[in-house]
Amino acid sequence: MAIEIEQPSVGLSKVAVSETHGEDSPYFAGWKAYDENPYDELTNPSGVIQMGLAENQVSFDLLEAFLETHSEASSWGKGASGFRENALFQDYHGLLSFRKAMASFMEQIRGGSAKFDPERVVLTAGATAANELLTFILADPGDALLVPTPYYPGFDRDLRWRTGVKIVPIHCDSSNNFQITPQALEAAYSEAEAMNIKVRGVLITNPSNPLGATIQRSVLEEIFDFVTRKNIHLVSDEIYSGSVFSSSEFISIAEILEARQYKNSERVHIVYSLSKDLGLPGFRVGTIYSYNDEVVTTARRMSSFTLISSQTQHLLASMLSNKEFTENYIKTNRERLRKRYNMIIEGLRSAGIECLKGNAGLFCWMNLSPLLEKPTREGELALWNSMLHEVKLNISPGSSCHSSEPGWFRVCFANMSEQTLEVALKRIHNFMKNRERDRNLKVI
Amino acid sequence: MTRPRPRPRTPESESETRNPTGGGATAMRLIVPLQGVVQGRGGLILGSLIPCALFYFFQLYLKRHRSPKPGSNPTSPSQSSSNLPDLQRSSSRSNLSSRGSIGPVQVSSRASSIARPNDSPYYIGLDRVSEDPYHRLDNPNGIIQLGLSENRLCFDLIEKWLSENTKDSVMGRDGGDLSISGIAPYQPSDGLVEFKVAMADFMSQVMGRAVSFDPSQMVLTAGATPALEILCFCLADPGNAFLVPTPYYPGFDRDMKWRTGVELIPVHCRSTDNFIISITALDQAFNQTRKRGIKVRGILISNPSNPVGNLLPRETLYNLLDFAREKNIHIVSDEIFAGSMYGSEEFVSMAEILDMEDIDKNRIHIVYGLSKDLALPGFRVGVIYSFNESVLVAAKKLTRFSSISAPTQRLLISMVSDTRFIQEYIETNKKRIREMHDLFVEGLKQLGIKCAQSCAGLYCWADMSGLISSYSEKGELELWDKLLNIAKINVTPGSACHCIEPGWFRCCFTTLSQEDVVIVIERIRKVAETCKILS
Repeated sequence: MAIEIEQPSVGLSKVAVSETHGEDSPYFAGWKAYDENPYDELTNPSGVIQMGLAENQVSFDLLEAFLETHSEASSWGKGASGFRENALFQDYHGLLSFRKAMASFMEQIRGGSAKFDPERVVLTAGATAANELLTFILADPGDALLVPTPYYPGFDRDLRWRTGVKIVPIHCDSSNNFQITPQALEAAYSEAEAMNIKVRGVLITNPSNPLGATIQRSVLEEIFDFVTRKNIHLVSDEIYSGSVFSSSEFISIAEILEARQYKNSERVHIVYSLSKDLGLPGFRVGTIYSYNDEVVTTARRMSSFTLISSQTQHLLASMLSNKEFTENYIKTNRERLRKRYNMIIEGLRSAGIECLKGNAGLFCWMNLSPLLEKPTREGELALWNSMLHEVKLNISPGSSCHSSEPGWFRVCFANMSEQTLEVALKRIHNFMKNRERDRNLKVI
Repeated sequence: MTRPRPRPRTPESESETRNPTGGGATAMRLIVPLQGVVQGRGGLILGSLIPCALFYFFQLYLKRHRSPKPGSNPTSPSQSSSNLPDLQRSSSRSNLSSRGSIGPVQVSSRASSIARPNDSPYYIGLDRVSEDPYHRLDNPNGIIQLGLSENRLCFDLIEKWLSENTKDSVMGRDGGDLSISGIAPYQPSDGLVEFKVAMADFMSQVMGRAVSFDPSQMVLTAGATPALEILCFCLADPGNAFLVPTPYYPGFDRDMKWRTGVELIPVHCRSTDNFIISITALDQAFNQTRKRGIKVRGILISNPSNPVGNLLPRETLYNLLDFAREKNIHIVSDEIFAGSMYGSEEFVSMAEILDMEDIDKNRIHIVYGLSKDLALPGFRVGVIYSFNESVLVAAKKLTRFSSISAPTQRLLISMVSDTRFIQEYIETNKKRIREMHDLFVEGLKQLGIKCAQSCAGLYCWADMSGLISSYSEKGELELWDKLLNIAKINVTPGSACHCIEPGWFRCCFTTLSQEDVVIVIERIRKVAETCKILS
């Protein structure tokens, strides 16, 4: 064979080759830097500290204690049929016991201010899948969802990649603590209309990621009225609902609906997961709670692509239906997160850095805009680069969250020990001190 | 209760032929002058505009004068969502009451088609069984399930392994250390490395060690269902097509089309070939599809096949590979039943063929899972095995929507790595499936019902064309109905699998005990007798 004629390589789909997975953004680049040089207290004390991952590690001991003292949760039950039935169970309705436990857990988190019906709980392998599933159900390719900025960078991929749906931002800024205003809602809607894009719904995260703050009741009412007026859907991602520092400060959309006797509620869908509140992202447990029968039916059928392992459902059903455990867990988890939050806020403040006043979540929204060389996205990324490579902290730049104001950063504090947090704060302290000193030197 | 007979989609629900009262005479009075207009000046344009205008005004008239339906209350959360007829009612709630909007809030067109009641006998049958399931003591007149390819024959082996190895723990930690911090945090979405290594070895073992699998070419998913869908998303754009030999697993129509927008083009196989695909038929289907302006992206094969249960011979695999090369398309080989062999034939994986070829592996992708061979469908373990780097990269990112739960991976790593146990399991499984197969097929033979030659899978492919009144899909579905409602057994009719020859039925026998088989055969015999009387 003299000349090897090159065969055209077999083609892949647009989905496969597109950049919509968004994994080239700084959000993910920081992770790479961490993976290459991860901090370890003993073996690598000068490594990169991961502050870009919203994971909750503060309450593992509670989970372990439960499992140790409740062997029935971690066994298959008496007799052979326990395991057999469980291993065969692939019904997309999900284990009833688990759905009941999830519904009851969601009620407890909201302090009993809203009721949840297990028949409306649809199980998915994580909230990521839940959000994508809802997008498939509520919007056709080319349609749009309105999402307030700044938002979780993963949405760009989860809501858009396979679905072909667009995101049109609802701009929020620091002038009113990044709250969503009716004007911003209308402006986003008009923007979509002007581009000839059909808006199918609004997706809010409450408590917000990356802001770390709950949405106020009046704002929720306004958003609900807005979607009703426009006859579109409302998805409320309440994945951080159990991570509110004080129980009285979280208002769920479920409460608003109950107060209105569920009028117009068929447009509302809540997303929840155990990844943040229970610190179990590896378990892949998410749910869609919808007030719309058609959406429940469709979501259930579509969940065949993203079922939760029956073994996991079985394990968590006994844990979450134990009221004593869940009450104690929710309370303790809240307190520990609040303590961490206070620790980081104080630490940052003493270094001369202010954050948005937050009351929830696993992170704070830090304002470094005074430090920017230029008040632009480039300036922000330059600062982010220094933080990553000089200070060795991986924090998430606001631009990756589509923040319209440069200089804000999301800093996670619950995915590490207190000691590590101290180290991180000290590094920030030193960084700020050095900058101050450099500036003074320049003056001279 | 929904009737089991699949309702063909007639335009009854969209009847627009409302004849104005007065019938024929009025119509003539409208049409004759219209004809005059058409034939005269302004001709066709006026002739078509005027009826359209009249029709429009007529609809407007009807709409205004339609009596408003009683406004039903907003659905309270306690309302059950399983009763589909209710759905239609609530969505036809009086539109005029909502503030300025037209109708209730809409879902996407994708969702609308998915929400519709199931009209495939495959799904209808499954629903009926869950409403009235057979139980030897509690419900001896219930419907016996032969429509779900599940393997219940070897659970005792797995239970024994669990009790000996994990101290009965769900978490499966040897030594009883229930440390949650190991499995709780975020894991790689495409599976733990140790699990990939274990699965690679398991697949090799299950396929008789004829080929080895490389864990780095593997992506793990929550079941084979998303594995297939993810591959579809990577290999084809909406509107593209895959060629699929018939008869095929009814679930493909859902799994591969729902969200991807991809089309499945059946390539009909014949009983004279024992339903093995012919390249001629494949070529024909390819050309016909191209003529319709649809781009074919690949071929989807099931090997061992479902519902027939036969193996694709080596020769056929080579021919498929040549064909795919020639047309520059992909091949997806669903090998989920590779470990459920009971015959003496040798299973040849696509991977084995590629081992011998040195070039052009980029178009081959294998799907596998633990739902059939290890009988663990609830645990959701699926595999994409590809030789294409770009596909692996994209698929890995897509697994974030369908990852396997970490504690399940942990539990299975130790089980699946226990080669001695797996060996014993495979051999015992093979023996038990064969026994059940032989018993069942013999029973059918006594009734004059022959089965296609098969050596794998959890089912047999029975030819009941002798029992159907008319040799057509209609005749087949009538028989299916009788079997479901009179004999009270749920089997899958060939038409649900797109089989071009009427009268074939898939009967899964691995959910039965030996006593059940006797009862099933007896029930079929009663129906068979009535069919013979009538014919």
